[in-house]
Amino acid sequence: MDKEKRNVNYNIYVESKVPKTRAWPSLIKAFILGGTICAIGQGFFDLYTYFFPSLSESEVSTCMLMTIIFITCLLTGIGVYDVIGAWGGAGSVIPITGFSNSISSPAIEFKKEGIIYGICVKMFTIAGPVIVCGVVGSIICGFIGYFI
Amino acid sequence: MISIWDYVISFLVGGFICFLAQILVIRTKITTARILVLFLIIGMILEVFNIYAPFKEFAKAGATVPIIGFGANLARGAIMAAKEEGIIGIFTGGLTASAGGIAMAIFASFIFALIFSSKSKRGGH
Amino acid sequence: MQTYKFKNNVYILEGFSMVGPLEGKGPLKDYFDYIIQDDTLKEKTFEKAERKLLLDLIINAVDKAGLKMTDIDFFIGGDLLNQIVSSSFAARELNLPFIGLYSACATMAESLAIGGIFVDNKIAKNIVASTCTHFSSAERQYRFPLELGNQRPPTAQWTITGGGASIISNIPSKIRINAVTFGKVIDYGISDVNNMGCAMAPAASSTIKAHLENMDLKVSDYDIILTGDLGKLGSEVLIDLMEHENIILGQNYSDCGCMIYDKTERVFMGGSGAGCSASVLNSYVLYKMKKGDFKRVLLVSTGALMSTTTSQQGDTIPSIAHAVELVYVDSNKSNANSNNNSKKVKSKLNKSNKIKSNKHKTTKSSKIEK
Repeated sequence: MDKEKRNVNYNIYVESKVPKTRAWPSLIKAFILGGTICAIGQGFFDLYTYFFPSLSESEVSTCMLMTIIFITCLLTGIGVYDVIGAWGGAGSVIPITGFSNSISSPAIEFKKEGIIYGICVKMFTIAGPVIVCGVVGSIICGFIGYFI
Repeated sequence: MISIWDYVISFLVGGFICFLAQILVIRTKITTARILVLFLIIGMILEVFNIYAPFKEFAKAGATVPIIGFGANLARGAIMAAKEEGIIGIFTGGLTASAGGIAMAIFASFIFALIFSSKSKRGGH
Repeated sequence: MQTYKFKNNVYILEGFSMVGPLEGKGPLKDYFDYIIQDDTLKEKTFEKAERKLLLDLIINAVDKAGLKMTDIDFFIGGDLLNQIVSSSFAARELNLPFIGLYSACATMAESLAIGGIFVDNKIAKNIVASTCTHFSSAERQYRFPLELGNQRPPTAQWTITGGGASIISNIPSKIRINAVTFGKVIDYGISDVNNMGCAMAPAASSTIKAHLENMDLKVSDYDIILTGDLGKLGSEVLIDLMEHENIILGQNYSDCGCMIYDKTERVFMGGSGAGCSASVLNSYVLYKMKKGDFKRVLLVSTGALMSTTTSQQGDTIPSIAHAVELVYVDSNKSNANSNNNSKKVKSKLNKSNKIKSNKHKTTKSSKIEK
């Protein structure tokens, strides 16, 4: 169709006009932020290993992740994390902090609709897919582990 | 046994994973939810093929803090439980292994949602 | 015909504009009537703040025009929230007959156009046309929670906090509404919700072209042609599209979204939202017209007519643009104001008067008693 052709041409034209993000600065920022969060995680890991030598490595790991998640929720609450995220891009999403922020931000945002219909219902609007895919994926992995 | 090397390697590996993700963001305009799911699945695949354990040994927190570690944790939990407890473990293992993180995320979000309200953005970055 | 030329003199008596703290730092800060420092307006939610903003706009505009609320016959307006709640909830407080409109960000021009036609046909004497947007309420409806640490793509625009209210009246002032053009819904197949400027540019192009043709005017006849919220990228695309139609938009073309923010504020492609053209019109444009700096202005508000549901289902973005032509009236020659306009227009106007005279009678008989 003529209209389809026009639309395709327009899309190609618009694509050529769109300014490209200057890739390197944002890549470096993502690298620095992501790396820093991981290094902080390592810090908590060493701290907990030192103070609670009786815990196994995976338990220490869980404690470390829980600490980071807690801190992220706090930073989201006081309105700092969105600034960090806007600066670091994927550097703030890929670490577990991104998962944590995607749960706490809708919870805080939709508080005004009430505790049940606001906080509880909207909590997983963004992170829901992570939980769903995580659970479904883990069950598939379980089957693989069971039969192999 | 705190070694500086652990921090350096955590920083470099964690940073590199985020670097790759950022390339994806720039190239494909992928959204937050999609990118989280994508890296979660990558983590699971790494675990299934037994690549994650040596990777974690090498990269320390650079492997556990990114969402890849979360995915691998879910997969490992399910596989281990399936081998030990049988069919029931297939279903319980994944969430049991990652319960701490999920519970803390929900709990902390709920508490802070009660305390704080959202603020307007100050514009631009 | 798409274009409606006014038979009688319909004026914009007064305009009132209010913007948020960020817009209040922009280049137009001296023109706005009021700059809000706390964008919650001391309300509990951003939705409540938006409706308070709209209510304040209307009350202040009526006050500024030296009228009383009882002088106003209709409140015409809309906003971006679902079911245009801000406008209807503001109307609940006003005790005025309310005509709610939705054309997304083109609502201001549409309100002016419909209000103008009401006054022109003597259905009403004074009408308040108003619309506003709030960044935070729009953000939580259309995009992500405010606290989510996400990065915006470079083509994104920034919904403004603010709006404007105009009093359309048959009481003479220096600004006359000369003609309006209602746009067609145009879709060129853009589906990226972070690139609204490019989705709306074809609609603006179609409306401007239709208006110029129907009015038999050239771009150079206007002191300023203003689009609503195409942003930097969208205006560049519009200039290219118009060039294809052999219409060259020159120095006198500008975009409200590009004007409202400083470059240093880094709001990507510029402002957007229904409040964008409303606040710029009711501050900068009316001020310049009252001074006589602008003699003929074409305001083309542009709107993207999608919803979050249609976007998630992968539909493309249909857009619309409505145009309002404003003309400066020299008050010394108020009786002969039509002589100020080009002769071409005058003869055309007379012609259209004759053609529509039959219609006119029917509207008169169905005049609403107030």
